[in-house]
Amino acid sequence: MAGQIFAYIKHNEGVAEDSALELVAAAKKFAAGAAVTAIVTGSNVDALCNDMAASYQEVWKIDNDALSYPNAEVLRKVLLNILPNDAVILIPHDTFGMDLAPGLSIKIDSPFVSDIVDYEVEGDTLKAIRQEYSGQAHTHVECDISNGLVANIRPGVFQPDESKGVSGQVIDKSADTGDLTTGRHFLEIVEAEAGDVDITKSDVLVSIGRGIEDEENIEIAQELADAMGAVVSCSRPIVDAKWLEKSRQVGTSGQTVKPKVYLAMGISGSFQHLGGIKGNPFIVAVNKNPKAPIFQVAEVGVQADILEFMPELTEKIKGL
Amino acid sequence: METALIGPANASVLGIPMVIFSLLIPIVGAAVFAYIIARRLAPLVKAAPDNRFNRWPERIFQVLKIWFVQYRQPRYMVAGVLHIVIFFGFLTLSIQSSSLVVIGIFDGFVFPGLGGVLGHIYNFIKDYAATAVLIACIIAAYRRGILKPERYAVPEKYGHDHTAEAVFVLGLISLLMVSESAFEATLMAAQHQKGLAGEFVAPLTLVWLWKLVFNHTSIEKLQAIHVMSFYIHDLTFFFFLCFLPMGKHFHVITSIFNVLFMRLDRGNVKPVRYGVEDDKLDDLESFGVKKMEDFTWKHILDFYTCADCGRCSDQCPANAVGRPLSPRFISIKGRDKIFKNYPLRGDFLPSQPLIGDIYEEDEIWSCTTCGACEQECPLGIEYIDKIVDLRRGMVDEGMVPQSLQKPLGALEKRGNPWGKMEKKRAEWTKELPEDISVKVLNGKESAETLYFVDSITSYDDRMQDIGRATIKILNAAGIDFGILGPAEKDSGHEVLRFGEEMLFQDLKEHNTEAILESGVSKIVTADPHAYNALKNDYKDLPPVEHISQIILKSINSGAITLKKVEDDTKTYTYHDPCYLGRHNSLYNDPRKVLDAIPGLRRVEMIKCRDRSFCCGGGGLMLFYEPEEEQRMGVLRVEMAKEAGADIMVTACPFCLVNIEDAIKVAGMEGKMEAIDLAELVERHIVK
Amino acid sequence: MEILVCVKRVPDTAENEIEVRKDGTDIVRDDLVYSVNEWDNYAVEEAIQIVEKVGGSVTVVTVGDEDSEEVLRREMAMGADNGVLLSDPAFVGSDGKAIAGILKAEIEKGNYNLIFTGAQADDGAGQVGGMLAAMMDVPYASLVNHIEVLDDKKLKVGREIEGGNQEMHEIDLPCVLSIQTGINEPRYVGIRGIRKVASVEIPVHGASDIGIAADAVGAGGAKVKLVDYFMPELGEGAEMLEGSTEEIVDKLIELLKAKGGLK
Repeated sequence: MAGQIFAYIKHNEGVAEDSALELVAAAKKFAAGAAVTAIVTGSNVDALCNDMAASYQEVWKIDNDALSYPNAEVLRKVLLNILPNDAVILIPHDTFGMDLAPGLSIKIDSPFVSDIVDYEVEGDTLKAIRQEYSGQAHTHVECDISNGLVANIRPGVFQPDESKGVSGQVIDKSADTGDLTTGRHFLEIVEAEAGDVDITKSDVLVSIGRGIEDEENIEIAQELADAMGAVVSCSRPIVDAKWLEKSRQVGTSGQTVKPKVYLAMGISGSFQHLGGIKGNPFIVAVNKNPKAPIFQVAEVGVQADILEFMPELTEKIKGL
Repeated sequence: METALIGPANASVLGIPMVIFSLLIPIVGAAVFAYIIARRLAPLVKAAPDNRFNRWPERIFQVLKIWFVQYRQPRYMVAGVLHIVIFFGFLTLSIQSSSLVVIGIFDGFVFPGLGGVLGHIYNFIKDYAATAVLIACIIAAYRRGILKPERYAVPEKYGHDHTAEAVFVLGLISLLMVSESAFEATLMAAQHQKGLAGEFVAPLTLVWLWKLVFNHTSIEKLQAIHVMSFYIHDLTFFFFLCFLPMGKHFHVITSIFNVLFMRLDRGNVKPVRYGVEDDKLDDLESFGVKKMEDFTWKHILDFYTCADCGRCSDQCPANAVGRPLSPRFISIKGRDKIFKNYPLRGDFLPSQPLIGDIYEEDEIWSCTTCGACEQECPLGIEYIDKIVDLRRGMVDEGMVPQSLQKPLGALEKRGNPWGKMEKKRAEWTKELPEDISVKVLNGKESAETLYFVDSITSYDDRMQDIGRATIKILNAAGIDFGILGPAEKDSGHEVLRFGEEMLFQDLKEHNTEAILESGVSKIVTADPHAYNALKNDYKDLPPVEHISQIILKSINSGAITLKKVEDDTKTYTYHDPCYLGRHNSLYNDPRKVLDAIPGLRRVEMIKCRDRSFCCGGGGLMLFYEPEEEQRMGVLRVEMAKEAGADIMVTACPFCLVNIEDAIKVAGMEGKMEAIDLAELVERHIVK
Repeated sequence: MEILVCVKRVPDTAENEIEVRKDGTDIVRDDLVYSVNEWDNYAVEEAIQIVEKVGGSVTVVTVGDEDSEEVLRREMAMGADNGVLLSDPAFVGSDGKAIAGILKAEIEKGNYNLIFTGAQADDGAGQVGGMLAAMMDVPYASLVNHIEVLDDKKLKVGREIEGGNQEMHEIDLPCVLSIQTGINEPRYVGIRGIRKVASVEIPVHGASDIGIAADAVGAGGAKVKLVDYFMPELGEGAEMLEGSTEEIVDKLIELLKAKGGLK
């Protein structure tokens, strides 16, 4: 039987990220009803701890001004000091989890499985599914978790468990952190330049091509993207026409994107364009031309004029 | 002949015999000139070798055609005619000017042979020549100084305006004309006043005009003006001579040599280093041009020779769309750098890398190697080899844009710029009708003709249609052909021109071996880049033809017959692909093929044949992301529209990619269409 | 600065169509072409640029078979001074932890004050750098997209985090950094460059050379075992949605919800 299960709660100044509740769902894979402990670190995190207590049986609060920014080097020391040796700890596989987890697994001498998209637990064995080669091939990996586990779970693959039916207990572990000095000191966050949208970072792209016909119509795509929480990208002709900046262009001569969902709106699908789409996203193609090559690579196709179709879709999504 | 005035050889002023000056001016002038030229020759001596001391009959022919007859000048009519007037005026007057130098020493000197009737005829002609030159200079100065044609403008990043130098030189030339004629006219007027015999005054010439002015001037004044105008001429003459090597007028001296040594072949690229065989390239320490002295001596001579006329840049498609390239300034910046590094006095300066100094990376990558600049240059200056050599240098230093590194890597590993799998290279043939079988020449099957497909036609969904049309044509024409299939790799045409020499060598070796092993006796291709590569970059292959040549022959022999044009309401225009037209002079065959389709109405665009406007470039240029204000293709499509065409026919897959894209960018879908010649012909074959 | 860069030879995934062998033990490797892992290439370029600025040397190291030598040569053609190939039959099948252990053993033989790895590889888990740092007990930063040498004891580094923002840190030397793409513009390495270093001797170190117990590494020593490869399910062409626009929109919204396209 595996040891105590922990979930590291990512938050932005007290506001939990989606992964916080995704890990509730993920942890259920170990055993229905297994007790899971949330670890909340930071300064002034009481409200968040109480929130989490609605979803986790136990919440370990580590409140320390030195942890107000999640510096993975410091938090690794914290976790090492407070976690039992056979802990199973679930961490979101984001830029923080990638920074924290591999080293943590060495320090607590547990196996590490990175970027898990799904898994099962059979006794002391974790059987996880990972993706390789930009998602072109998947693998099953196995490890013995009787002496603990560090598991990085890909954000977004588990549906957040919103049931919140638990009345967990908040335990203050702030005193157990031990020495927090490290050789890496956080200085500051340099924000990305304003207005400079990074399409490579977006999970959902509403990508427009020549079907948009006119610069003024880009607004229609932007409205759809806003409704979906997506970002507008485009194919080369849109950039050539100077309707959108170069940084928005998907393709071999533009950006390489790895979204989860890609809406190809009025894009015919030249291979120069498709060359910029990686990671097997769910592609929806809307095009007037039923023979557009984009339909060969799309999962779902709609033969329609995007200028008529997009507003309908936007309207419906807004009404949800 | 008895003379009314004392000539400069015998004149003295304030007791000083003027002959001293007559001797001193030429001696000092010639010495200074010789010194300047010696300094100017230094970089040529240090430059890389070039093999231009060959093929003399062809070279002399070029001198006669391009230098002497000024064949390329009238391509720009006003400037061309003005130049021709000044050029021939100069040639004519060079005899007179030389005579005058001697007359200053030996009074009454006459050039051998010009003593008799010939001399009178010469005098008659040269007076008109001088007058014409002066008029031409005035018009030219008016154009440069007042009208300021667009192509002479100097964009801010390239430094100051060049108008002052141009007008100054026009002034010098005018001064030569005015002083020479004043010298002549004063004597004539004096002769006339004294009732002595004089040279016949050619009416309405400068001399004639001066003589009218001087007819009532006193002999004393005429004497003074006579001697004064002589020395003005003498000084101006030697000043001008020594001033020429200081700027764009160096071409007056260097042009004859530059044209004599100009490139004679089209479509080729110079070897990495003359005298080093391909298999010895590994031994070279450095590749390409990194610093000035890495250029060949001819290329440095090119820099000296540039007359700053701006025709190259006026024709350059990269310049037209606002890419950071202007061939004119490749030369001007190169020349100014040499002048700076090789000053007339003092030590020569150490050589610095050119990229980052006078040239920028993007500038050098912006060239599509279309050849419009070289086609236009009235002085035989070459650009493609310089650009390729600079790129070789950049590749050797690792300075390759990220957008080009991927396709180059894929070419190395997979033999095509997209990194598609080799085994899928012939997949496109699967969509051919069942009754057409395509032999893959992999040793088991043989054929007379090889259809070399090349990468874009093999892998691009749209361009595969060109491949299938080509096969249907070859089939209809009864030609025994096959393809190499997976054994074919990219021809490497742009790999060579983008400076990755060793990768090109690998591709060339691979394809050469595959082609020779296939045992074919002819090669055909529908891709002008492949055509040019196999014809001009590869060696010892069977003869190569473009599909348009095969089509024309098949039409002429009756092997294929074309039916009436499908849509006779449309107007067609033919876009010359650079590597078919300019680089290989195949202008007529595709046009004849079009005209062989009954009922097809064809118009020409304003820029056609050897002035064809590049579509945007092929091969690796598809991957390069230039800074540009608009696309070349869009300008081209607009030209087709202006010509009244609604279908653009081309004969190159890269042109088709660029033009089809441009039609969409220009929002002319439905109004303009693009099609490949092979596709159009295939549709019209009577089956 | 003595910099060691850990590199890896990986299949090019850009246009390689990855297929899985019938028995699931591996991907089909017949038609694959290989190159240096893209992230590692940025790491080598960064190392070269640092050495160009502050002096020192760049050593590239890889764990792999004799084929891996080609990536070392490529990086040496780029400007790395030395290459080391860590190769031993015992290393085959090692998991990330074992690879980190092998690298650590080699690093301890040298005198490096800065270690780079790529942030990830197409066929990896992005773990070796972090593990290596933990084993060596030195500071670590992942996804580094900016490096500034402050003095011989400290660097200023930027980490690329969500939203294109950058997390700035000061980090003590020696340290391990995993390098993110885009930190620089790697120089081009042509065939000529590789040929120039073709005859340079590249030392090969086996398990005994670096003092690694054979049973601690390789497939046998792996804590995380790869069971099999399998192909994700893919449809043939698009499923065309039919019906009235409203019906289509409804269907599409359901699909988008299921695929995480709606928030």
